[in-house]
Amino acid sequence: MGSEVVEKSGGKASFDVGAAAELVEGLRGAFAAGRTRSYHWRQSQLQGLLKMTEEHEQEIADSLRADLSKPEFESFIYEAAMLKNSCRLALKELKRWMVPEKAKTSVTTFPSSAEILSEPLGVVLIISAWNYPYYLSLDPVVGAIAAGNAVVLKPSEVAPATSSLLAKLVGEYLDATCVRVVEGAVPETSALLEQKWDKIFYTGNGRVGRIIMAAAAKHLTPVVLELGGKSPAVVDSDTDLKVSCRRIIVGKWGCNNGQACVSPDYIITTKDYAPKLVDAFKHELEKFYGKNPLGSKDLSRIVNSNHFSRLSKLLDDDKVSGKVVHGGQRDESELRIEPTILLDVPRDSLIMEEEIFGPLLPILTVTKIEESFDIINSGTKPLAAYLFTNDKKLKEKFVTCVMAGGMVVNDTTVHLAVPTVPFGGVGESGMGAYHGKFSFDAFSHKKAVVYRSFMGDAALRYPPYTSLKLRLMRALITGRLFTILGAIFGLSSD
Amino acid sequence: MNGVYCNSLEGFRPISGGGRRLIFRCPFTDKSKLPLLPAPASCPTISLCLCSASTSAVHPVMADNKDVFDTREASLLVRELRSIFKSGRTKSYDWRISQLKGIERMMEEREKDIVEALHLDLSRPELESIIAEISGLKSASKKAMKELKKWMMSEKVKTSMTTYPSSAEIVPEPLGVVLIISTWNYPFLLSLDPVIGAIAAGNTVVLKPSEVAPATSSLLAKLLDEYLDNSAIRVIEGAVPEATALLEQKWDKILYTGSARVGRIVMAAAARHLTPVILELGGKCPAIVDSNVKLEVCARRIIAGKWAANCGQACISIDYIITTKIFASKLIDALKQALEESFGENPMESKDMSRIVNLFHFKRLVGLLDEDQVTDKIVLGGQRDEKLLKIAPTVLLDVPEDSQIMQEEIFGPLLPILTVETLEESFELINSRQKPLAAYLFTNDEQMKKKFVQNVYAGGMAINDAIIHVTVPGLPFGGVGESGMGAYHGKFSFDAFSHKKGVLYRGFEGDSSLRYPPYTQKKQTLMKALLNGNIIGIILALIKWYGK
Repeated sequence: MGSEVVEKSGGKASFDVGAAAELVEGLRGAFAAGRTRSYHWRQSQLQGLLKMTEEHEQEIADSLRADLSKPEFESFIYEAAMLKNSCRLALKELKRWMVPEKAKTSVTTFPSSAEILSEPLGVVLIISAWNYPYYLSLDPVVGAIAAGNAVVLKPSEVAPATSSLLAKLVGEYLDATCVRVVEGAVPETSALLEQKWDKIFYTGNGRVGRIIMAAAAKHLTPVVLELGGKSPAVVDSDTDLKVSCRRIIVGKWGCNNGQACVSPDYIITTKDYAPKLVDAFKHELEKFYGKNPLGSKDLSRIVNSNHFSRLSKLLDDDKVSGKVVHGGQRDESELRIEPTILLDVPRDSLIMEEEIFGPLLPILTVTKIEESFDIINSGTKPLAAYLFTNDKKLKEKFVTCVMAGGMVVNDTTVHLAVPTVPFGGVGESGMGAYHGKFSFDAFSHKKAVVYRSFMGDAALRYPPYTSLKLRLMRALITGRLFTILGAIFGLSSD
Repeated sequence: MNGVYCNSLEGFRPISGGGRRLIFRCPFTDKSKLPLLPAPASCPTISLCLCSASTSAVHPVMADNKDVFDTREASLLVRELRSIFKSGRTKSYDWRISQLKGIERMMEEREKDIVEALHLDLSRPELESIIAEISGLKSASKKAMKELKKWMMSEKVKTSMTTYPSSAEIVPEPLGVVLIISTWNYPFLLSLDPVIGAIAAGNTVVLKPSEVAPATSSLLAKLLDEYLDNSAIRVIEGAVPEATALLEQKWDKILYTGSARVGRIVMAAAARHLTPVILELGGKCPAIVDSNVKLEVCARRIIAGKWAANCGQACISIDYIITTKIFASKLIDALKQALEESFGENPMESKDMSRIVNLFHFKRLVGLLDEDQVTDKIVLGGQRDEKLLKIAPTVLLDVPEDSQIMQEEIFGPLLPILTVETLEESFELINSRQKPLAAYLFTNDEQMKKKFVQNVYAGGMAINDAIIHVTVPGLPFGGVGESGMGAYHGKFSFDAFSHKKGVLYRGFEGDSSLRYPPYTQKKQTLMKALLNGNIIGIILALIKWYGK
């Protein structure tokens, strides 16, 4: 995912370090006053988010169309409906999430009881991305609010219509003393990053992720980084070809035209199976997007000309341009690139070295499907890895051998919609996870509390340390009953 | 950290020291002075130098004929461990168990050596070493061995309607090659307790013990080599240059125990490789004492949580006390009596208390005591012996809040008592500061306990005791804010070194064309109804859908 400088229109007062400091101070005051801690506040804000999304569905879809030509269907389903589901789940579970968890205690502290409390962290910063600008902005906000924090959201300037809509709606529907939107690009983000936050949640790319984490280090702020990576899809020959193809297409082109962090980035299949797979793709793609996909209303466009030329460059790479087996058409004025499939691109080509984040899909071929595991593990750990097969053994091997943020067997991207599964990367694809209860946890501190009374106080642990105490302690630790008895007798005769 | 990093968007490269070397100083010091080890007369003064690689730290145990461990060697080491990890060696249950057993056996067979090393480094009383370090490690490795099968199992979770039919699980996956940088105050426990988690989770490990506890550091290097699989678990001894060389490498996780200042450096270094970190730091841990307590027990537990915890040199030991103006004198009397019972009339001679670790820290602590606005507040103790590096248990009453002793983490045998009119004021006093690693309350008042737990921010808490919450393996141990990030102990240690991989399984049956383009109005209506869980909408939409 990219985040780049967009020329800001003049005239708007700039948001500088001073303004950022003031903002954080105000929020810190509200947090310290305890405003965000009550169940009722959290509930009311989640209800606000839900209501806001319900009442402005069309406006949301319109802004996404303006930013990305995103098809309405995708906007309604992947952004609005997903967010509403998050809100509903949080509203339903919040009471349970907030209840302290009892923990067992050990002999060493007998008699005692213990629990783990979920405590809000304080004032948190959420920096979001442009590809699912509504959902990826507000889904972490759901977690932050549910956990009882004050929040600043910085939506991506690369999706300006949605950014300004978010600023407007959040101001209208949520408690502005505790939840705020700051619009802007690099200068505003830098001003925000200079402040001390209690957590920073960033969705975007690894390069900026490093900058965020280094900035966070200055204040010892923990971070959640939701990054991307080259998510592979392994297609075995033992599969339902049609369904596999359709599920790859919907995860690639049907997800913002490949501009999604969990989209399949490339495919690995066997040499023998590749031609069949390519044919099936051609067939299904035509059924989905017609004979002229450049004109299809069911595909998002490329977000901006920066990304358009980046993707063009990937295609025009000498090592690659002869490998196109499907598509390849583009329209620069409309920022559109056709669903494009490339076969057997060399592994040292640009397209195989960076995250594609667009409608290009290279297919690598191997002799035996198991070789794909090594290919995947030899790169950096991707955010997601997919496998299509009916072979149980292969599934098992895939799950144990391939390292990735998350996985789906026989489908793509849908794990995002399952709130019981943590969503997050590992290594280059990020750190920390969220969704469902994990979102609540991501914005909570788990405070361990032990309760004791003044009864049953044994002299054993206090100085002076006599040799009897030493013997007894040693016996207690090793659990030698006989020695314990001996030592106790020894102690009593002392 | 001021000035250590330039604000370049290129990746916040460290700019100290002229080269690419990070500033990296001894844990628990906020001074720019060099920490000095108490050197035997025969040795030259050993300083942990921060200036340049050529005058790198002379480790007292690493004889000078050994080459300096530099970046190149560090990168070779990591490459080696990475290939071992890739070979899958550390992933098997058997390997993990065998290493955990190795640790347990090592603790059993080498107890004497360990006690001796700790005595050399800290004059630590034997019983304290056994209770705090050896027993802690034994139970941690026992628990890991007992639970490992369960921990390693993937967790089945429910799936939702949107992906029906499907099943899902969360698979714990080792991270790869991890770095553990440890500290000097509980140098055995705080080195190996994280190692247990890293091994249990199936990682290869590099441990960098603290050079400030040299005897333990070299014992760790020797024992781990002897008892554990050294193709996958390695100890690198050393100080700043070695730690810097290690931090330049790409790790899959770094766990650091020490000070917030170094914590920032570790995290900034980790950021360059997107390495997640666990930072176990410290802070000023308060203890609130109510007037309705059983005073004798309370005083003993304060002693156990302060002076009997490595002479106050523990990250969770009580840093200061808050009590009411009226109750303060009673508390001081009780502390005086209990201290005498524990350490005798002349505590400077007691064998039951650790010494101050080194001259640097001795001077730092004396500096805190000798501050003008503080020195006349001493109500108990105050004696010191520079040669033996001993300071008597010292209690101070009503020190000003802006004094140095109330500004930095004390990490030693000094205990200031602040007084308030009503005890509730103490909550705000604590919350107005950085979040501490632990907060303690002594009271019999149930309301008060509830308020305390609800309102005071801290890494962890104990009511009516101190320190002991870290011995409960069912509880996560870790700080928040300035006191750190991430947690470990028990299952949490396993989790700290695992990635939780969500896996969703689907079949090919029942594939509905609903989610595929071309997107018709009908599909949209039905999909919305489905996602909203609106049954009537679904039925209506279905009728339309099939009726077309």
